Amino acid sequence: MSVRTRSDLETLWAEGLASLYPSKLRISVGMATCGLATGAADVYDALQAEAAARGLEIMLVATGCLGYCQQEPLVDVRVPGRGRVLYARVTPDHARDLISRIKAPSEWRHQNGDIRALAAGELPADGALAVIQENETYEISEASKVLPGVPFLNELPFYARQQKIILRNSGLLDPTSVEEYVARGGYQALARTLTDLTAQAVVDEVVRSGLRGRGGGGFPTGRKWQVCRDAPGEPKTIICNGDEGDPGAYMDRTVLESDPYSIVEGMTIGGYAIGAHEGYIYVRDEYPLAVERVTHAVARAGELGLLGKDILGSGFDFTIKVVRGAGAFVCGEETSLIASIEGGLGEPRPKPPYPAERGLWGQPTVINNVKTWASVSAILARGADWYANIGVENADAAPSEWRHPNAGTVVFSLVGKVANTGLVEVPLGLTLHDMIEGIGGGGLDGRAVKAVQTGGPSGGCLPARLFHLPIDYETLTQAGSIMGSGGMVVMDEDTCMVDVARYFLNFTMAESCGKCTPCREGTRYMVQILTRIVEGEGTLEDLVLLEEVATWVKAASLCGLGQTAPNPVLSTLRYFRDEYEAHVVDKRCPAGVCRALIRLAIQPDLCNGCGLCLRECPVGAISGEKKSPHVIDQELCTRCRLCYDVCPVGAVEIVR
Amino acid sequence: MDVPVDGVTLTVNGQSVTVPRGTVLIEAVQAAGVTLPTLCYHEGLAPYGACRLCMVMITEPRRALVASCAHPVAEGLVVETDDPEAVAARRLALEFLLSRCPQSDVIRELATGEGVTASRFGGPPPEQANELCMLCGLCVRVCREVIGAAAISFVGRGADRRVSTPFDVQSDACIGCGACAEICPTGAIQIEDRGDKRILHTWHTTVQLDACPECGRFFAPEPMAFIKEEMPEVADLWSLCPDCRRLRTARQWVAQTPVASA
Repeated sequence: MSVRTRSDLETLWAEGLASLYPSKLRISVGMATCGLATGAADVYDALQAEAAARGLEIMLVATGCLGYCQQEPLVDVRVPGRGRVLYARVTPDHARDLISRIKAPSEWRHQNGDIRALAAGELPADGALAVIQENETYEISEASKVLPGVPFLNELPFYARQQKIILRNSGLLDPTSVEEYVARGGYQALARTLTDLTAQAVVDEVVRSGLRGRGGGGFPTGRKWQVCRDAPGEPKTIICNGDEGDPGAYMDRTVLESDPYSIVEGMTIGGYAIGAHEGYIYVRDEYPLAVERVTHAVARAGELGLLGKDILGSGFDFTIKVVRGAGAFVCGEETSLIASIEGGLGEPRPKPPYPAERGLWGQPTVINNVKTWASVSAILARGADWYANIGVENADAAPSEWRHPNAGTVVFSLVGKVANTGLVEVPLGLTLHDMIEGIGGGGLDGRAVKAVQTGGPSGGCLPARLFHLPIDYETLTQAGSIMGSGGMVVMDEDTCMVDVARYFLNFTMAESCGKCTPCREGTRYMVQILTRIVEGEGTLEDLVLLEEVATWVKAASLCGLGQTAPNPVLSTLRYFRDEYEAHVVDKRCPAGVCRALIRLAIQPDLCNGCGLCLRECPVGAISGEKKSPHVIDQELCTRCRLCYDVCPVGAVEIVR
Repeated sequence: MDVPVDGVTLTVNGQSVTVPRGTVLIEAVQAAGVTLPTLCYHEGLAPYGACRLCMVMITEPRRALVASCAHPVAEGLVVETDDPEAVAARRLALEFLLSRCPQSDVIRELATGEGVTASRFGGPPPEQANELCMLCGLCVRVCREVIGAAAISFVGRGADRRVSTPFDVQSDACIGCGACAEICPTGAIQIEDRGDKRILHTWHTTVQLDACPECGRFFAPEPMAFIKEEMPEVADLWSLCPDCRRLRTARQWVAQTPVASA
């Protein structure tokens, strides 16, 4: 079919509803990369085989990521008219067991007169993480409480403070189904844009929403669009930046995999607003599933006429090409990305002129992050005022001179030494404390959190005493970190801040393109100095030199990579100078991480002589008789800490 | 350029200067009589901003540390070249380059000019002890932007970055013109004419030379013969070596010029 009018969209909407809320059991398996990595594909196969073997009629769907990555594989069972139960950490055995315990819905109706709740045993409660409330528009949430004792998803601490706009559909629909996207409100924004709004009105709406670039820079999106719209030159271009390369961060990947149509729709709106007829989605090739999903979405939208000529009968033409990046971190920088699309070296060029004036092929170009485009389609559907009012309530927590308009939501991948890890979306202005202690559930194994690193390898480390600060662009920048594209790494007392700085500088050094002198040479020298310090050969003069290099690399580098690369060094020097001084003055690593500065020793009064450490030691440094205390030969010991990890009685001590 | 060539007035170190619109800040700085160190800037090539030696501080309308070779001029800008931050940034960049290429006279001179005589970062590893290339990219850019051959490019990333031909082998695209060596500010590119061959050592490339039909000297890279085909009206003149060409042109000119009567 071809979608030409709003009534055609309604047809899609009806088909999507029938698919989202079928009259048979709908079982969804989270099969974004995070799910697949934990074995979701086997779970999917087991569900399919077992249901077929038992003759249970089900609709099995591969969905995207719900965000609670730690609990993957996640399986969501929807019982028609009654609600959905989410099962966590499902194995193929659990999956088969689950199917074997589900009765056919036909049997339930006869047994149970009360439609608001399932009778005990109709769906197993064990392994159930939560009950998902269906979207309020389509079903009454009262009727959704299906399992006594199992909380609603939004009652879980991990989800309680979250507000999903960018991730509104992630994990809740089949990412290959445009019908389901439409049924969840998709393409309403484009229909409104093309029929009710002038191009300038779209720009104005984005300006009023207060949306800022979610790639990390935080430049006001509407202002960028206005510059591009007003800039002379044809053809103009829309680019979606999906070249996410931060270690430990996967926000963009998840959106691309779980809800590709929200990006396609957002870009189409952007094209209309600035007068572009062509768009590019630049995705790194290390994201094969994201490439596949987004390519499929572009092709399907083209088939339906939601991309191409005369979209929705408006006379507006727009097409999208998917371009795969070849794995350079620097290509996430907008001018490098543009050079890469043009077939040149992935290297930045000086700005100004900015891409909005001179971008792809030298013509005006709007380049925005994946999450920005997913936000655009939500904003145009629900209106600028709705968006502008999200996320400002905590702004007073920041010192007044740091305050700045921060509206809407941001996505973080919350990882590291924190109890709950996963992908979270929160209103701007939420405090770091609410993020880490609330959503994250505090430190791993109940340990105290020491610091958090926001913004990926270019971000800074903020100490726990600053956790009262709200998460917004200016506050994080003033505190010495950045919003970045959304990495959030939690650290505890066992994390050495010098070692952390060295780890991130190693990354930026390896990813520096090498074009400009400060970044190419400066990151290398910073790594050299940091290596000296962690190896116990640093001096107080090294700290002075390190700070000097970091300051000028930040100030003088050509692009954002070099300008932010020193952040881990500068922020740790600012907040954890005592740790640096312990390394260079006392030759001591307080966290017990730096190999050259620690010693492993077996405490004779605790050692029961089990011999486990002796067997595990890779260099044969441990000796001792059975059932008598063992000793470590310090000459042979490489401080690998394997003995520390395996000792069943905690007799191995890290001497700091 | 479709940019109208009218004037832009700005202030450099308290001195008012007017330069054509569309130029970069370093032109204005030079017009004010101030010399800044620079290695990657060339007025015949597009702004590049890589060596970061020409950092200056813009104080009005908004304080910003910028590379003057890549920043467009704008009406009313106030620029200070001696701002402590700009000086510190230039010095550190020079210190970095001094560590990279301690054997380069050019870099040593520039560093001395900014008051940097030694580097705190040690020297290069032994295998790069004689490194002269500081990756300004002038050779790559002249080959692509001006010559149109694009025979060389950057290889590797970060500290491994260097300039070479594809796969470090003989280049089919190189026309042997030598513009790269001509433009190189530090003399890092080795080119040698030996008999009927031009050996571009740095580019692993050898090209055949054509001989001058008059004096017999080998001088013209064979891959550049296309220039004669593109300009048939002067083809025979272009086949001569520069010396013979000058000689013939001079003779023609003398022959055509009427001798003034005494």
